[in-house]
Amino acid sequence: MTTRIVELRQGILKKNDELARELRGRFTSARVLVLNLVSSPGTGKTAFLERTLRELRQGGARVAALVGDLETDNDARRLAASGAPVRQINTHGICHLEAEMVGRHLEGWELGGLDYLFIENVGNLVCPSSYDLGERIRVALLSVTEGEDKPLKYPTLFNSADAAVITKMDIAEAVGFDGAAALSNIRQIRPGIRIFETSAKTGAGMEEWLGWLEQQRS
Amino acid sequence: MHELSIVSSVVDSVIESLEKYPGARVLEVRLRVGALAAVVGDSLQFCYELATRETPLEGSRLVVKIVPVVVHCAACSRDGELESLQSFRCPHCDEPAADVRAGREMEIEAIEIEEAEVKP
Repeated sequence: MTTRIVELRQGILKKNDELARELRGRFTSARVLVLNLVSSPGTGKTAFLERTLRELRQGGARVAALVGDLETDNDARRLAASGAPVRQINTHGICHLEAEMVGRHLEGWELGGLDYLFIENVGNLVCPSSYDLGERIRVALLSVTEGEDKPLKYPTLFNSADAAVITKMDIAEAVGFDGAAALSNIRQIRPGIRIFETSAKTGAGMEEWLGWLEQQRS
Repeated sequence: MHELSIVSSVVDSVIESLEKYPGARVLEVRLRVGALAAVVGDSLQFCYELATRETPLEGSRLVVKIVPVVVHCAACSRDGELESLQSFRCPHCDEPAADVRAGREMEIEAIEIEEAEVKP
């Protein structure tokens, strides 16, 4: 019997990374801005996205969304009310979206006819951070009810984000949300990150967010 | 809990790499995992046992080397190892440092195998 060491030096998620790279190439040549939205369950990703889709459409933009969920299509139905094309990705127990699932659910969509494609990830602050979906911008969301130190508890996710959105600002005062601490904690993990303080209910902060999105497209 | 997905990818890749070594048995699999990779070592070990059952990897050791986070500081142009994942600051000059140069990797570094006897 002989033993031998075989050097492999290969990425564990090589297949996902390769698929994500292919997707990114397709998105870039179709000139569609793709965003991956990640947060805990209950942060309000769907309400935030609902309002974003509605307002972008009112402004004449062509938008679509893919929504990840373990089992139901409730979120997709909510989002479809905005009039935008929406598809549900059921992961059946898998706690994150993978590039392959995104690719499969894009079939039949004319990407060149879109300005924005939003991918709402499964509600989870750990696993989605490892999986590249080919997005250009990763957005981490945090609601005022979750505690200002959440970015410190989940540095991997907040560090991998390109922008952060604080949701449910309309109830910030009622729940004693310390906004300055939350902003400082996010910046501690991701220096220089752009942060939006929003409310999908009142529309606060939406104008700034939509303006920023438009800048990212040009 | 995505450790099972990760370990399953590892098992698939290792089995693929065994094609060149027919009949070989795996003794050890060595991973390099960044401190920022959102992977828990204990969970990897636990899932590894499950995922390797009835494969050529059954009974092998999983060795996980954690790679520290290294940031590049725009202010002082030096690289440095982060002392805490709760604070992305340059360890030399204490300026905020967003440019991560290491610590996100998830890699199969090498495997140790026992090759099958070749009959003369």
